[in-house]
Amino acid sequence: MKLFKFMVVGFMFGFGMWKLEAISTFRIIEMFHFQSFHMYGIIMTGVAIGIIITQLFKKGKVKTVEGITHQFNDKSHEWWRYILGGTIFGMGWALTGVCSGMMFVLMGSGYTVFAVFIGSAMLGTFAYGYFRKVLPH
Amino acid sequence: MYETLEQIHAFISQPWPWWMGGITIGTTLFLLLYFGKDFGLSANLRTMCAADGAGDYADFFDFNWEKQGWNLMVALGAMFGGYIAANYFGGDGMAHVSQATVDTLNSIAGENLLTVSTVPLIPGKDIINQDVPAFWNLYSWGSLFTIRGLIIIVGGGFLIGFGARYAGGCTSGHAISGLADLQVPSLVAVIGFFAGGLIMTWLILPYILQIGF
Repeated sequence: MKLFKFMVVGFMFGFGMWKLEAISTFRIIEMFHFQSFHMYGIIMTGVAIGIIITQLFKKGKVKTVEGITHQFNDKSHEWWRYILGGTIFGMGWALTGVCSGMMFVLMGSGYTVFAVFIGSAMLGTFAYGYFRKVLPH
Repeated sequence: MYETLEQIHAFISQPWPWWMGGITIGTTLFLLLYFGKDFGLSANLRTMCAADGAGDYADFFDFNWEKQGWNLMVALGAMFGGYIAANYFGGDGMAHVSQATVDTLNSIAGENLLTVSTVPLIPGKDIINQDVPAFWNLYSWGSLFTIRGLIIIVGGGFLIGFGARYAGGCTSGHAISGLADLQVPSLVAVIGFFAGGLIMTWLILPYILQIGF
């Protein structure tokens, strides 16, 4: 029961992303060709409302369920990892039209071949963990 | 009563406008922060590797992954969300992309396979869309056994898993949580996402799609 509430949150997110067509490869192709405002609208309104929510939590105006102020971790200033890792992720995102959250949504919606996709993404994550020490950060 | 339910069903089933993105993402972010967690779905891949014993090979996976169960539940919930949306609130099952995009897609395919009302949501055959042109049938088991499908499904999955952890987050961790927290590193990562995405979309993807066609 303690974990069930997270399933509800995930359900709403997955349902919404499907209805917003954010899981569509064609919407991602459209976005990278700058042919519609749709995907930018989703991200921009998400970030705009996200900024307000994050500030409310950061300033302690809204407490967590345990009654404490949520601690946000500042991201480290290792620039190479964001530039190189970001570019690699972006290439995968555009190649497939799917990002790491959407692959779960698609898997659930009946495209069972995404089991292979998720397995391959795990392999990619493993490869990063294995070669982490030799990669520039 | 039944009529009202039908109206609600029809209302939800129509394609959602872009501003619903703010409501969906905002609600997700708010609830996760309220429960004392951070929004980031690609972290699950690290957890899944660790749970499979990857900690024996790299200390990156040697962490207290049992505490990440909540995030796996978010992913599981997202799977159910996709299932219910696709099967019960799918509407026409089409991606309502612009005419310009349809032209782009047809020029990649080399023939007019799609019109503005027949772009399937997913490039792959499923329950709703059985008449997906062979050229756009990317996400199916049959496609996995073609060179093109193998590059996209296995290669693309690998790039996403590798890149997300290398960059320390994906679209939800950097583009949403990170930007919402005004983190400069996240902005750099998002610029990287778009740089990589533009290189792939404009310079590489059209050639990969044409393999075997």
